[in-house]
Amino acid sequence: MATAKPKVDAVIVGMGWTGAILAKELTDAGLHVVVLERGADRDTQPDFAYPKVVDELEGSVHRRYLQSLSQETVTARHGLNGTAVPYRQMGSFKPGTGVGGAGSHWSGCHFRALPEDFKLRSNVEQRYGAKFIPSDMSIQDFPVSYEDLEPHFDHFEYVCGTSGKAGVIQGVKQAGGNPFEGSRSREFPLGPNPNYLGAEMFYKGAREMGWDPYPIPASNASAPYVNPYGCQMGPCNACGFCSDYGCLNYSKASPNISILPVLRQRKNFELRTHAQVLKVNLDSDGKKATGVTYLDAQGREVEQQADLVLLCAFSLYNVHLMLLSGIGKPYDPQTGEGTVGRNYSYQNLNRVVLFFNKDVQANQFIGIGGAGTTMDNLNGNQLDNAKAGFVGGGIIWARQPGAGPVRGINVPPGTPNWGTAWKQAASDAFRHSFYFEVQGACMSYKQHYLSLDPTYKDGFGRPLLRMTFDWHDNEVKASQFLVGKAMEMSKILNPTAMSGDAKKPGEHYNITKYQSTHTCGGAIMGSDPKTSALNRYLQSWDVHNVFAIGANAFPQNNGYNPTGMVGALAYWSAKAIREQYLKNPGPLVQA
Amino acid sequence: MKKFLLSLIALGVLVFVALFTFALWPTSTPALSASASIDQALIDKGRYLADAGDCTACHTTKGGQPFAGGLPIASPVGTLYSTNITPDKDTGIGKYSLDEFDRALRHGIAANGDSLYPAMPFPSYARASDDDVRALYAYFMQGVEPVKAENRANDVPWPLSMRWPLAIWRKVFAPAPQAVAFDAARYQDPQIARGAYLVQGLGHCGSCHTPRALTLQEKALDESGSEYLAGGPVIGGWLAVNLRANPADGLGNWSADDIVATLRSARSETHAVLGGAMGDVVVHSTQHLNDADLHAVAAYLKSLPPSAHSVSSFKADPATAKALQAGQESGRGAELYVDNCAACHRTDGQGYQRVFPKIAGNSSVLSQDPVSMIRLVLTGSKLPATATAPSELGMPGFAWRMSDEEVAQLLTFIRSNWGNQAPAVKASQVAELRATLPKP
Repeated sequence: MATAKPKVDAVIVGMGWTGAILAKELTDAGLHVVVLERGADRDTQPDFAYPKVVDELEGSVHRRYLQSLSQETVTARHGLNGTAVPYRQMGSFKPGTGVGGAGSHWSGCHFRALPEDFKLRSNVEQRYGAKFIPSDMSIQDFPVSYEDLEPHFDHFEYVCGTSGKAGVIQGVKQAGGNPFEGSRSREFPLGPNPNYLGAEMFYKGAREMGWDPYPIPASNASAPYVNPYGCQMGPCNACGFCSDYGCLNYSKASPNISILPVLRQRKNFELRTHAQVLKVNLDSDGKKATGVTYLDAQGREVEQQADLVLLCAFSLYNVHLMLLSGIGKPYDPQTGEGTVGRNYSYQNLNRVVLFFNKDVQANQFIGIGGAGTTMDNLNGNQLDNAKAGFVGGGIIWARQPGAGPVRGINVPPGTPNWGTAWKQAASDAFRHSFYFEVQGACMSYKQHYLSLDPTYKDGFGRPLLRMTFDWHDNEVKASQFLVGKAMEMSKILNPTAMSGDAKKPGEHYNITKYQSTHTCGGAIMGSDPKTSALNRYLQSWDVHNVFAIGANAFPQNNGYNPTGMVGALAYWSAKAIREQYLKNPGPLVQA
Repeated sequence: MKKFLLSLIALGVLVFVALFTFALWPTSTPALSASASIDQALIDKGRYLADAGDCTACHTTKGGQPFAGGLPIASPVGTLYSTNITPDKDTGIGKYSLDEFDRALRHGIAANGDSLYPAMPFPSYARASDDDVRALYAYFMQGVEPVKAENRANDVPWPLSMRWPLAIWRKVFAPAPQAVAFDAARYQDPQIARGAYLVQGLGHCGSCHTPRALTLQEKALDESGSEYLAGGPVIGGWLAVNLRANPADGLGNWSADDIVATLRSARSETHAVLGGAMGDVVVHSTQHLNDADLHAVAAYLKSLPPSAHSVSSFKADPATAKALQAGQESGRGAELYVDNCAACHRTDGQGYQRVFPKIAGNSSVLSQDPVSMIRLVLTGSKLPATATAPSELGMPGFAWRMSDEEVAQLLTFIRSNWGNQAPAVKASQVAELRATLPKP
């Protein structure tokens, strides 16, 4: 029998970026907010304190700061007829846990989507005709526009102390920035971080290719910074421990340093850690949530009633909770009916490694997670998709988030995997090589979706979330095209050797190898309740007091990292809750 | 001989009787006329003054009901427990008249006639004005929630638990309010006068920051004494720093704005509050003061001449930064600095504004007694969250990683480079402090 806690105004599942944003916005509005976080509380001191956090074995091998897969994970299969098996070791993607969530162990790349990314289907149809879109591709337009989100992109960047160079401000092009970006209302809060060698050389290569290189917008502070909430950031010292790690230096924006210092002082904010939410409870007709049931740190079942339930867990677990709780109709790939689980997508990440002589000091141990150089000439409307032969674009970048022996050393192609020759190559290559990456968009397809697994259960007795996903010809073509372009550019830089990992035709998705944590979709936003689980405010079409906020809302993924978009959508949703929902609780969009 | 002994005994008895009589002789305190009426404005004024006086520091336990007392306070005679000063009629001060309240606050006499332990800073509060006492009374009677909480008996063994000797201490060392009634005309500048009133009176800054005599009274209660606010004892393992104008280890190189920022947010452009005790003062008290009062406090502190006892100095010297940047590490201390400290505080010792305090010319680094620096390196520290600066920026501790000798060498290095000149630190000083820390 669950213990019942007194009802609160809002309960938030998950204390990552979206949970922190919603908690801030709703406590601003005077609501009493309880946040349930499945992991431990975490803060720079003591959890990410120097020098203990700088430990590759602990962070990147033992995965100290990531979600443990022993209690909760997903199963995966490539196709509708396969049997999914559990994701037992962290590989392809890395969900976080604990206060800060993935927002504490991210790198810091902080992009906005392009205006055309918001209307992908109609844009592609208009440019190339409806037939250009493969029949199984289920891409959709976002039900919001770039202009809708601009103030929220802007605010989130200022909360994060994002360091970069604007390319377009109020419609006016700015030298040094991305000339193809959507217009910004103002410059970034901080200037770009310094370039390391690979990023500098990228400028040369990209310019010779006729491209327009610009600094990757990075939420790794390039200078001391105080955000609009009064939270202080320190300048990044390029220690190279961003991805997989919490920042020791108050330099990488995170819920922990950018928002929680304010929340923790608030009397109408309560954070309960080690609180594993099992399901959202609905009233008898299933139209309204009454709260959530969770297990507390002692394993006792607790019921928390609330007027509003905000799902702010990692995107996959938001979908899982909706499926487990009966919020919306599960998607059926055979009939195309149902919405929850629909349009799961990912990111198409590929790498080109460049090796140089010993006079080229690449010093890969230096790293600033989000910083580096990129270009948009093959992304959005800059790319002629008809000529390239696939839907979606991507970016090529020089990014050096920090490397070390335990995290792996790239060796030139042809080097044996072990022995004296490998040792010599590793020792020669470590300081004299760097890599460029190709980050491509990933489309959504009718057969790629999330559902409850029929076989495997998690540590709490619930069916695991099942992922059905594989590489589609479209993404393989994109990978080959973009990696080809990256190698073409790399040749200009005269490396002594080079390796690229473009996907091969028929290649299957390999969940055991790290690629990207940008899992998207599954509970997508849309303008039609038949093809989307959420409306344009990320409100469930079916249960009006449930909002599911995160990358789960992306109908498909673009060529950028999702965090900037996730933050903007969170502020967008919070605004709708504050200005519309609280005054008149009910569906914000009439179906 | 016998006669001599007898007279000695008689003298002893006489002295005792005289002391006892002196102790028990009632202290007459002038009556205060009550406020015409208690209105919200007066209560609000009282709340502000209670913040200025940091009453909550002692009278509220961590996470406890405001002003319900019960906080243990270590004293030389044993552990004292603060009392319930909520207006509860049975367990608090709800039955206190204005005069009884005043006698406790400014005279150090409880309603039952007992003398208060001077943990209650009545020698400082003596300077509060009659009007401010009325406002505080209004607040504690009508602005504070009554809480039923019995006072806890002090853990002071007999005979030290006898109260009457406290009356002697009080009568000898605590000034009578009428004798120290605040006279703004003593200061040429009304802003400095206001600052003096706050610092000496309700702010009771001297309770920690003024050195004490063997008999435990503060060596001075205002600027008439040259050791007033010249740096007090070690409190909770941290040194109460010199607040006089010494350029190296005092506030000589602090601007008034630095002082205001520090009192407002526990940090300034270049400095940070280190110890937990002062962090609490900022959180509970000074961050709530208005700008005019904070600037007044700063102006008064800046008016104090340097203390004669300082041995530290600072004259900026680029040699250290140049050497470190060229990869020249002069010894183990320099190596430890580069390996453990420089990533944040930088090789030039300048740190980063508002984030990582500078080391070059930092008054905490240069204090004669290095105890705070030893403590900081061993255990680390964290800034408190304040309304205007919510980030609890912290420095990690290195006790698990550095030996006593290494800490001593590191601190000696930072106290003698970039132009810093302060006495070397010995391994024995580190060992002594380390022994007081809880075992990891």
